[in-house]
Amino acid sequence: MSKKNIWVVSCLVAIAIILVGYGLQADEFTVTDVERWEGEFMVVVTEGRALWGSADLGTNGVACGQCHPNAANTHPETYPKFQKQLGRVVAFREMINWCIMNPLEGETLALDDRQMIALEAYATHERRGVALEPGKH
Amino acid sequence: MTQTNPNRRDFLKSAASVAAVSTLPLSMVELAFADPAKNFTFAYISDSHIQHIKGSRFVNNWDRGLIRAVAETNLLQPKPDFVMFGGDLAQLGTKPELDHGAEMLAKLNYKTYCLLGEHDYYLDLGEYWSELFGPHWYSFDHKGIHFVVLNSILTFDDWTFDRWPTAEQRMLEMAGLDNPNGSPFMVGDKQRQWLAKDLAGVSKNTPVVVFSHSPIQKIYKGWNFWTDDAEQVQALLQPFDDVTVIYGHVHQIQYNQIGNISFHAVMATAWPWPYPRAYAQAESHMPKITVPMNRADPFFERDATGWQFINMKTGRVDMEYKLSSNSNRTVAFNPETGRPEDTKYQDQADRIPPQTQY
Repeated sequence: MSKKNIWVVSCLVAIAIILVGYGLQADEFTVTDVERWEGEFMVVVTEGRALWGSADLGTNGVACGQCHPNAANTHPETYPKFQKQLGRVVAFREMINWCIMNPLEGETLALDDRQMIALEAYATHERRGVALEPGKH
Repeated sequence: MTQTNPNRRDFLKSAASVAAVSTLPLSMVELAFADPAKNFTFAYISDSHIQHIKGSRFVNNWDRGLIRAVAETNLLQPKPDFVMFGGDLAQLGTKPELDHGAEMLAKLNYKTYCLLGEHDYYLDLGEYWSELFGPHWYSFDHKGIHFVVLNSILTFDDWTFDRWPTAEQRMLEMAGLDNPNGSPFMVGDKQRQWLAKDLAGVSKNTPVVVFSHSPIQKIYKGWNFWTDDAEQVQALLQPFDDVTVIYGHVHQIQYNQIGNISFHAVMATAWPWPYPRAYAQAESHMPKITVPMNRADPFFERDATGWQFINMKTGRVDMEYKLSSNSNRTVAFNPETGRPEDTKYQDQADRIPPQTQY
């Protein structure tokens, strides 16, 4: 085999390996994988549920769940939306922080704080199945 | 049907003095004064959830709701004959909470009756509440109406007595509205036997008004918008010609008619609750005739809270919802349709966008 041919074959083999490799990564997850990933999500939902009923987010003992049982009347499916009381388009997490600051008299969470993600995960999980309607008042 | 009007008596008095030249429809005067003995008003305050932080600190938001309701009730003209407090004075049933709430209620200038909510009860099973306010259930008569006060937030004995290691935990488990570890409310055998005996001495054409904390009807079990033996209590009430049940717990406008029984819910002074239909994962049985309250605006601390001014004309209830930060609403018994109706918004065509709850 000439040097040129060796080079072409090597390239074809490399491309094949890359393609097969990508194929394996993209397609071949199993039912067990899916269950594990959903389990990871539900761990965070469960953390969120605990936080939702916890007095620890604020300073006055008030918890999210006092006004929002099962996270009802939070409408996560409508965010981002124009929050008329704030005069701009906001994300759902900003309204969580508004509630922590005001009725709970607490300190805001960073928007990527694990607790913030857990609160959002719980509220959206309780709202599962409802159609997305970003911007709806 | 006339609308509730706190100044009606004064207005009618002055109208009568100029009757010769008045254009006031005579039928309205006759209806209002058909039987003056039965024509009186009372006020209804409920669900204040006074919440202790520590020391002398309480959650200010909830305090303000009760203080405002008491102050506004004291300003009513004409004066109501009495005030009913509909339960959940405290958040976790502690002495500091009940004492603080009782102190605020003591500023009412009227005879005040109280009933028990689950937040008052499940710490010490109503013991300290009783020291302050008296028996857990009772009845009284006022101007031809028989009033019954129930403790409707009892539950199964094994849940109350055997399930929880401490009284504090029992209270916390029942205090979480959506807590699956909670237990359904009920009036129970003992109290229903008492009720049957109490009603045995009342003639069937005497109007009966029942006060309870939970609805004596089944709306949504998950949040205890529910009384487990509702049908059995209703069966004791159905033989009477005019029956009204007024209940708290739900923190929202609800009304219904089942047979002879009209149902009216009252607002909380503390905070509003979502309508069960707003929880996407469960079925509920909201009374079809209810026109919901407006969706709450959280940026107004007192929005979707309030108290009630109730006119007992001929044994039925005209309920005026006094809504802080929002337009008042009136739900009155309509003798033509035989059910409570909103005097402004009952027809579908008259409803407004904020009443759409989702």
